[in-house]
Amino acid sequence: MIEVAVVSGKGGTGKTSLTASLAVLAERPVLADCDVDAADLHLVLQPTVETTEEYSGRSLPAIDADACTRCGRCLEVCRFAALSWGSEGGDAAGSLAAAAAARAAASDDAPPRLDAFRCEGCGLCARVCPAEAITMEPAVNGELYTSRTRVGPMAHARLGIAEDTSGKLVTKVRERARELAEKGSHELVLIDGPPGIGCPVIASIAGVDLLVIVTEPTVAGRHDLERVVRLAEHFRRRIAVCVNKWDLNEELAAQLADEARAAGAVAVGRVRYDGAVTAAQREGRALVEHAADGAAADVRAFWGTLVEALAAVAPRAAAHDTAASEGTVNDDGTAEGSA
Amino acid sequence: MRIAVASGKGGTGKTTVATGLAVTLASRGIPVRLLDCDVEEPNAHLFLRPELSPPREVTIPVPEVDEAACTGCGVCGDVCAFNAIVPVGGTVLLFPELCHGCGACTLLCPAHAITEVPRSIGVLESGRAWAGRAIGFAHGRLNIGEAKAPPVVEAVTALADVPNGEVTIIDAPPGTSCPVIAAVRGADLVLLVAEPTPFGVHDLRLAVEMVEALGQRAALVVNRSDGHDDEVDAVAREHGLEVLARIPDDRRIAEAYARGALPVTVVPGLFRIYWDLWREVAS
Repeated sequence: MIEVAVVSGKGGTGKTSLTASLAVLAERPVLADCDVDAADLHLVLQPTVETTEEYSGRSLPAIDADACTRCGRCLEVCRFAALSWGSEGGDAAGSLAAAAAARAAASDDAPPRLDAFRCEGCGLCARVCPAEAITMEPAVNGELYTSRTRVGPMAHARLGIAEDTSGKLVTKVRERARELAEKGSHELVLIDGPPGIGCPVIASIAGVDLLVIVTEPTVAGRHDLERVVRLAEHFRRRIAVCVNKWDLNEELAAQLADEARAAGAVAVGRVRYDGAVTAAQREGRALVEHAADGAAADVRAFWGTLVEALAAVAPRAAAHDTAASEGTVNDDGTAEGSA
Repeated sequence: MRIAVASGKGGTGKTTVATGLAVTLASRGIPVRLLDCDVEEPNAHLFLRPELSPPREVTIPVPEVDEAACTGCGVCGDVCAFNAIVPVGGTVLLFPELCHGCGACTLLCPAHAITEVPRSIGVLESGRAWAGRAIGFAHGRLNIGEAKAPPVVEAVTALADVPNGEVTIIDAPPGTSCPVIAAVRGADLVLLVAEPTPFGVHDLRLAVEMVEALGQRAALVVNRSDGHDDEVDAVAREHGLEVLARIPDDRRIAEAYARGALPVTVVPGLFRIYWDLWREVAS
């Protein structure tokens, strides 16, 4: 099984549009939408959800108001200012004097109040509470789905609004995608990654066979490409680079392509600026389903170079292809074989 | 006044709007500072080209174990919620990149064998930008390979609290999770930038839900407005968001942005749009 992750550093360079087209062009892929806090791939692939699972990435403290003696020890130890007296934010935490003042000012005798957005779930408050009034309880902070789409099975998720721990949820989505691939003898897992270089990106690229970095010929695109290339080097991942909207600035586009090759990209492609990309999105179709020429032709050409590069870096997948095609009907009911 | 410029989707024009607004205010003599809180991929400096003071490290406290004092009791491993400290045999393995700096192991070690040392996860740079150094500027950069952006974001937003009544504009990262929350918290207004595409509309909904969950005031800027604004407008109506500006879909803006020029200084009409936006905000 080969895992390919589409990432970008900079947001809005066209990761999801490209991923959707690659998913159509690839033979029997499994999709993994790892942009769990702003997932969009489903808008194009329109999955039929088959299983839904609650996701709990952390535990949050629950305070027993009757057992709580209002001693304030929990506020004192919390490094994240997640607990406070009264109705205002947690800024008083960490300073006993300030906490005492806020305490005195609080109109009622309420126990400490939790700001779940600030809490990291470390559980230190529960451990130090002398009255044992705090217990850590798993918080549901997202949903994990397995679905069927017109191009193949898909694992995706929805992170609860304003939730933490997106990296963990990404890891779950990828586990689920690999299970789908094994079950249906699929050779390719195609990952739509999040923007940035932080925890959900690191979780999206850990151990993948190839990173496809989508960039654009803008000074911001170039700056962000450099950082994501360094991230790939840090985790020793192979890269391919796609310069999207290349004709927006041809000189910079040529520079980006040269820099990508210098950084060891196994494939470098370019896709022109084309209104068909948005038009396809408005139809809920992938670009290559919507058009044959223009940017769609560029994407096809890029896919061709990717396939060659993949054959070179992961020849074992080709050997498995025969075995896969002889496989039995998938018990997950996926219809991708007929596509 | 603190204004955070945010969006669910990436690439909708947060940095363009944040820098455009900052330049517009500065050119009218209004004291303004821009804080770029997209610490994973900061870009505002590429357009404002500030003079920056030497970088200051942003650190989080991580444990260090005094092997001589350690009794091998294993409490540190039991209390760590993040598997960042793992007692094995007679020794203790540390995984500082997993550590959240909560201090549980240090506080609860019965032998007092753990102390905390600072670990650098990013840098903070600040300075001044624009003609006559009229714009205060700061940004953070997360070190490559580091997972946790929020402490670096918080180091930047800590500079927002200035007594002299400057307008602070926060350029937030994309998404709806922890780094974004760290950036928009405490803002008097969250300016959501959305583009009128299906992805843009979908992610705008998520961003609005985030702002509502945080209980903050929000308004909308429609970017790359191209006559397909109906669905964006519907989301705005549904959530009571006022549309404070519509920036046209204009290839000249994209080309200026591409080469690192500020569109507001190049494309006629943009200054007016940002000035009207500011007057709406200020009123």
